[in-house]
Amino acid sequence: MLPAHHTFTARNAHALLAHPMHQPYVAFLLLLVFVAANAVLLIGLSHLVAPHRPTVSKLAPYESGMPPLGGAHERFSVKFYLVAMLFILFDIETVFLIPWGTIYFASSGPPGGPPMGFLLVEMLVFLAVLFVGYIYVWRRGAFRWD
Amino acid sequence: MKHVATETVTGQNPNWLLAKLDDLVNWARANSLWPMPFGTACCAIEFMATAASRFDFARFGMERQAFSPRQADVLICAGRLPFKLAPVIRRVYDQMPQPKWVISMGACASSGGIFDNYAMVQGIDTIVPVDVYVPGCPPRPEGLLYGVLLLHKKIKGESLADRALRDEHPLDDTGLRLPPDTIDEISEPFGNSVHQFRSA
Repeated sequence: MLPAHHTFTARNAHALLAHPMHQPYVAFLLLLVFVAANAVLLIGLSHLVAPHRPTVSKLAPYESGMPPLGGAHERFSVKFYLVAMLFILFDIETVFLIPWGTIYFASSGPPGGPPMGFLLVEMLVFLAVLFVGYIYVWRRGAFRWD
Repeated sequence: MKHVATETVTGQNPNWLLAKLDDLVNWARANSLWPMPFGTACCAIEFMATAASRFDFARFGMERQAFSPRQADVLICAGRLPFKLAPVIRRVYDQMPQPKWVISMGACASSGGIFDNYAMVQGIDTIVPVDVYVPGCPPRPEGLLYGVLLLHKKIKGESLADRALRDEHPLDDTGLRLPPDTIDEISEPFGNSVHQFRSA
């Protein structure tokens, strides 16, 4: 139960809300600061206090007990970029086309948004860029799976 | 001897502050043992049963199984250890940060068990130092839990002043434990993976 002068009435509402703790986001801000400080404190303290006794095998990568082979940053076969290109060509293109089509064909465009002609040209440019890639992977033989 | 030291004339152990710190640290360590399971055989099935809900060793602060030596505290060797795997368990042990403990679970891990043959390590304590041996073939989950509680008891008797808990000891005084190179050599005839190469 709050003391009498803290009771929320129409008369003292203004004075009560003027107090910093009654601003709606002050508590949230305090929480954010507390969480950030707590995280920094815990990680920093454990970094400072924790013993560091590195040996050669401790610093080596863990390969389930096997000796590691080479580094993680190494070159891999160039064949994989074709898969990435095909993914962009067919998957990402569809992902962009569906919401675009929904907006374009459902109404006269978003309210206050760009005009319909601009929408059409933008998508055609996007399709044209991907079409170049399509021709490229076609000629490279990426569609011949066997 | 420690008990005598507390019975001084003043009635105060001069090291009581360190002793209290030891108690605190050991309490924390004993109750947050993160296991690194090294399951090679049927003991690992019992280990999984121990980890599952009925026996639930999360009650002892072991819910976070490491599957990586980086933040593991106790290596649990559950099952027989062939010479082929000896360099592997040694490397896993060497990669664990101090303080670290080892539980040898089951007869095979502790002594070779029924596998008294050319291919099997006769007791993993020749490869890594073992703190607690759990007998059984395989031990029931209650047996493993008893071993864990024994390890708790051991940890609670340790002291921060003991340097053996901090330093790497690739060799102990008895000469029983072998250096990593020797372990690689003895596992050589069994086709170990030390000399593997990338095929791709």
